[in-house]
Amino acid sequence: MKINWFTVIAQIINFFVLVWLLRRFLYKPVLKAIDERENKIASQLKDAQAKETEAKKEQVEFLKKNEKFDQQKKKLMDNVIAETNEEREKLLEGARNEAAALRSKLEKSLNAIQENLEHDIAQKTQNEVFAITRKTLKDLASMSLEEQSVNIFVGHLKESKNEEKKKLIEAFRTGSNSILVQTAYDLPPKQQTEIKSTVNEILGTKPQFQFKTVPELIGGIELTSNGYKLAWSISEYLSSIQKSISETLKAELEEEPKKMPDANDKEKQEPKAKQKVQVKTKAKIKLIPKGKDMKASKSKPKVKSVTSK
Amino acid sequence: MKLSPDETIFWQHGFITINLTIVTTWAIMLILVAVSVLITRKLKTGIHISRWQCILEMLITFMNDQIKEVGLNHPEEYIGFIGTLFLFIGTANICIILPWYEAPTGSLSTTAALAISVFMAVPFFGIMKSGLPGYLKSYLKPTFIMLPFNLISEISRTLALAVRLFGNIMSGGMIVAILLSITPLIFPIVMKALGLLTGMVQAYIFSILATVYIAGAVEGARKSEKTKAITTK
Repeated sequence: MKINWFTVIAQIINFFVLVWLLRRFLYKPVLKAIDERENKIASQLKDAQAKETEAKKEQVEFLKKNEKFDQQKKKLMDNVIAETNEEREKLLEGARNEAAALRSKLEKSLNAIQENLEHDIAQKTQNEVFAITRKTLKDLASMSLEEQSVNIFVGHLKESKNEEKKKLIEAFRTGSNSILVQTAYDLPPKQQTEIKSTVNEILGTKPQFQFKTVPELIGGIELTSNGYKLAWSISEYLSSIQKSISETLKAELEEEPKKMPDANDKEKQEPKAKQKVQVKTKAKIKLIPKGKDMKASKSKPKVKSVTSK
Repeated sequence: MKLSPDETIFWQHGFITINLTIVTTWAIMLILVAVSVLITRKLKTGIHISRWQCILEMLITFMNDQIKEVGLNHPEEYIGFIGTLFLFIGTANICIILPWYEAPTGSLSTTAALAISVFMAVPFFGIMKSGLPGYLKSYLKPTFIMLPFNLISEISRTLALAVRLFGNIMSGGMIVAILLSITPLIFPIVMKALGLLTGMVQAYIFSILATVYIAGAVEGARKSEKTKAITTK
């Protein structure tokens, strides 16, 4: 158990060489690697953290944007709905206006039709009544229609109430001394004198007589003096018939607008309305022969009454 | 019966002797350096590292932690010396499982050499840390009367280091050799295993003691510096 001093020195040298070698090849690189790795991991963690914060920030931003977008969307949707409603209202208004225009047009055309019908009816009634009257009068009396008319007129004058007579006298006195006598046909002198004498009798004076032929009267006689008019003519009767017919028609037409549908659902119901109108016109057209009959039946008693008078 | 590998001489020329201790030491040095070079050549700095690198890193981190625990705050300055002590003694002692191997640490010359290295390293680190006067002053602590005792303790602990390691390893080898002659089967294996354990424990003890001595020197120097700083203030 000796100490070999050479070995001791050699081992010391060996040891320090080993120290140097291991420092060079082991500790330094390994420690460096550890440090580098730790730094790398630390930086990676830092990066990750930074990314996380960024991601969170972005998430918040995204959420904000999303919210904003939702709000915008809602706003736009509301706008669109409002616009649509407005447009709808506009369209409905337009449709209503159109419907109203169409209705007024329809009314106008109906009125025109009515007028035409009235005219036709009046014409036909006149003709019919005149023909019937003439025929009846001819059948009934040997005298001519004009003579009969004058007779009736004279009778009227004579039978007229005192108030009426007074009116005639007043009218005569305030105005000119002439009396206008209008007839559908030329009066024979006998009848003219009859009229003259009757009027003279009523007035008590002898006024100037002016005899005039007016074919529009159809049949009958009219006595005019300074705004006062005394008349008996077929034209009068015809106008009364015409009045009654036109009143009936008017009543019928007035009922129609009430039955007309609302403007809102006009478009839907328009065809129906048209159909109704058509039906009505048909009915009216059908009315004509009825009216004819009616007029004939109506006019006959009048004439009868006239003849009886 | 040879007590020490020093007695196996391969070549001798006067004072210069190449014996088994030196040759084995060279072999161990070669192995250590070769392994280090091989592993550190492919060091990776990424997250995924090789297993060898991982083992190496664990080892070095462990040594670093030990040095730090003892009280040296910058282990990277001391790991070269202390770590090499541990690795050399550890490798030399682990290799006893190889047949016909004789640990160089079983030679008093080697352990003496290592103890002398520590003996030199302690003032070296002390002076490096706080300069020569600062280091020398630590021998006068707490009073100048303690100077001879401090000197004696310095020398005796170096002697103790050398003899402790030598005694442990040599005794281990001796026991195995004696047991082989008595019970050549099985029992020597147990003793070898025990030898491995004592070998590693001795490596640890030797390095830790060296660290403690160095730490004492550095710490003493630092303390004297601190008191100096306080008094100047």
